[in-house]
Amino acid sequence: MLQAALEGLKVVDLTHYIAGPNCTKLLADYGAEVTKIERPITGDGARQLGPFPEDVPHLEKSALFLHLNANKRGMTLNLKSVKGVEILKELVQRADILVENFHPRVMPALGLNYDILKATNPELIMVSISDFGQTGPYRNYKGSEIVDYALGGAFYTTGPSDRPPLKLGGNVVAYYAGAHSAVATVIAVLGQMQRGSGDYLDISIQQTQAGSPDRLGPMLMGHQFNDEIWHRGASRPPVRPCLDGYMNIQIGGPRGPERVGPMLGMPELASDPRFADPIEAIKPENQEAFEAIFLTWLLEKPMSEAWETAQKGHVASGPIYTAQDILADPHFRSRAFWEEIEHSVAGGFEYAGRPFRIPGEARIRRLPPPLLGQHTREILADIGYDNNAVKSLRKEGVV
Amino acid sequence: MKDNNRWLPLADIRIADMTIVLAGTGAASLMADWGAEVIRIEPSQALQPVTRTILAHMPQSLIDANKTWYYAFPNWDPGDHPWERYPFYHAHGKNKMSMTVDLKREEGRQILKNLVAVSDVLIENNVPETMEKLGVDYEELRSIKPDIIMVRMPAYGLSGPYSGYRSFGSHLEGAGGHTYIRGYEDSDPSANEDIYFGDACAAVSGAYAVALAIRRLKRTGKGGLIELSQSEALIPFFGENLIDYQMNGRITGPKGNDLYDMAPHNAYRCLGEDRWVAIAVGKDNEWAGLIHAMGDPDWAQDARFATQPGRYQHRRELDERINAWTAQHEDRWVMEILQENGVPAGTINDVSDMLTDPQLAARGFFEEFDRPYTGRNKYAGIVYKMGNTPNSVRFPPATLGQHNNHVYRDLLGLPDNEYVRLEREGHIGTTYGDNVP
Repeated sequence: MLQAALEGLKVVDLTHYIAGPNCTKLLADYGAEVTKIERPITGDGARQLGPFPEDVPHLEKSALFLHLNANKRGMTLNLKSVKGVEILKELVQRADILVENFHPRVMPALGLNYDILKATNPELIMVSISDFGQTGPYRNYKGSEIVDYALGGAFYTTGPSDRPPLKLGGNVVAYYAGAHSAVATVIAVLGQMQRGSGDYLDISIQQTQAGSPDRLGPMLMGHQFNDEIWHRGASRPPVRPCLDGYMNIQIGGPRGPERVGPMLGMPELASDPRFADPIEAIKPENQEAFEAIFLTWLLEKPMSEAWETAQKGHVASGPIYTAQDILADPHFRSRAFWEEIEHSVAGGFEYAGRPFRIPGEARIRRLPPPLLGQHTREILADIGYDNNAVKSLRKEGVV
Repeated sequence: MKDNNRWLPLADIRIADMTIVLAGTGAASLMADWGAEVIRIEPSQALQPVTRTILAHMPQSLIDANKTWYYAFPNWDPGDHPWERYPFYHAHGKNKMSMTVDLKREEGRQILKNLVAVSDVLIENNVPETMEKLGVDYEELRSIKPDIIMVRMPAYGLSGPYSGYRSFGSHLEGAGGHTYIRGYEDSDPSANEDIYFGDACAAVSGAYAVALAIRRLKRTGKGGLIELSQSEALIPFFGENLIDYQMNGRITGPKGNDLYDMAPHNAYRCLGEDRWVAIAVGKDNEWAGLIHAMGDPDWAQDARFATQPGRYQHRRELDERINAWTAQHEDRWVMEILQENGVPAGTINDVSDMLTDPQLAARGFFEEFDRPYTGRNKYAGIVYKMGNTPNSVRFPPATLGQHNNHVYRDLLGLPDNEYVRLEREGHIGTTYGDNVP
């Protein structure tokens, strides 16, 4: 049987909230053995963020926490105690990877910087994810989803031109940084396989945005080429209403009418000088005329039919789906994308699956997201603490 | 001079790169940045739209009528080589080699296969049909090189009802659930402009697929076909909303700049034209810091603002109050005084701010290069640091066919007379012919 891609990698996971947990989620989803360490009593802050069933907060029922932490084992550990730090070092000594996303001052203050940990485990890969990185004048600044996007991303140009800059949906900046960190971690693993020694990864969320292949890259180049500052409202919004929702159909571009005319059942549009000539086509009066024809067509069509018709005509397009639409969609169902996980307190849900599957790979075990401290005893047993030792650690508030 | 001989973790990996636009090229970039020899295979008789430029022969009038970032050739002039001057290409081209070959001809496809025979990975993100027409599929590649890794990243995967569907990042974002939740509460999705977050997300996911496959190859000797559905890479970024729907039957809608019950949490206007600062207060001590930074105004003592739920409930009133304060100050001053008081805040940087951002500068993020056709410019550099593995951009975006000599002669062992013949026959070149749109 083929192994999972990351089988054999032991990860000590000190992460919380979103960016760090998404990194270790991706590692866990492909076979790494992730040990999630949470502070006693309250645990990962994501446990308090929700959404919760009926909006009633519960440490074991946060949808955000559940989504980000399946496939990980969990234990509690008080890193503010001497014994807690000692246990962490024992875990790190046996691990391949340590991931953390504390503010940069935290790990050194705990006596857990890379130089110290490397002394006990020279092959260790330590991954630090922070808002602005471990160095530089903003090292001590506080970041957040929108602050990191403001300083590093395309926030300035996002949103309608007559309103303030508009954030992206949900927590995507943090999620993205986590996914980027997972790539970085595995690249470091490949380096470690060759060189035999570990490495220290310093990942700045601001920088993951500044280097992201979103609009910002071309905008940075275009600015240098023309000395222009790009603002919001630089392009025509592409989404239009249809009979039962909204569609994004690519009707513009120099070769637009060639494909869109036939899609609308009006192949003659492709030779209509108002639309076929790219210079004529972008004149406001002609854009409006084309828009009127297109909207007449679109408003009569349900989303599924509009999409199918557009795709039959090779017109790039997509529906504007809600969470409900995505869960119901037959395509994702046919690909067995959803993964059902039963959780002893929160119940059973279908979880969004993995971005890709490796053929022939053994189906990854599905562990439900850990209850706070669920595996404390067994993880400590792995490193030689017997039941009595664990009991006294509990008494001392270490675990 | 750059030190191009330093050790990098992917230096032993060669990637045949057939990616286009932003998602695939972004994935290849993340590998190239850490040392993989990424060879862009550029069809000599067919331009890859947007990837290289919009049209091989750009009418000046089209640009004059569209002076937006999407058409921002240097001085709004595409020149005779628009594919060397297009911002999108410059955004993804660094650290990658370029070879040309005409894949429409059988000989060109054979050259591609010869390159695959000496590569570890082939990566592509075309519409599945495009690859089928070329006759390049995994079974074929495996017969040439049994342990080849092939990473395909079509919009919806290779199976299921939408497998052949065409979507760019902005369309995927609709199907993946982003477009619906991005926007102001009082507007509908038709107010949203294009963003390309879907591309960025697919790019990191594609890079992750390549990295995992390389580890597996090194441990087991096995390559394989990895199929990445770009939409399935995006959907988990909203995983909590999907569980929320199952928990509560709730459909998450657009929330403007709100996030959880944080307040104040918005973009606030500052002194100057279109200047803004983002402020994110999520804790009582941050609120106290904000009040102090504002000079302890009386209104802030209002009991309704004393708790986070109270601040959230009255967040629009709070926004007005804070806007009245920020509007009197420069964005940088607001950020600095707030950070001094422990409040998460940042200037909403425009492209010019980004290039001079003190933090990115201190970390050496942008790197300057000279290059033919565009001169000296700053390029976004290596995204993260590895403490024991110093790294920087090795070379700027390649000109079309710049590495033909390396690929055809060094890697494929072509004799001189053959090289000259392929040049004459339009495989090897540095321009697109007049007949290429």
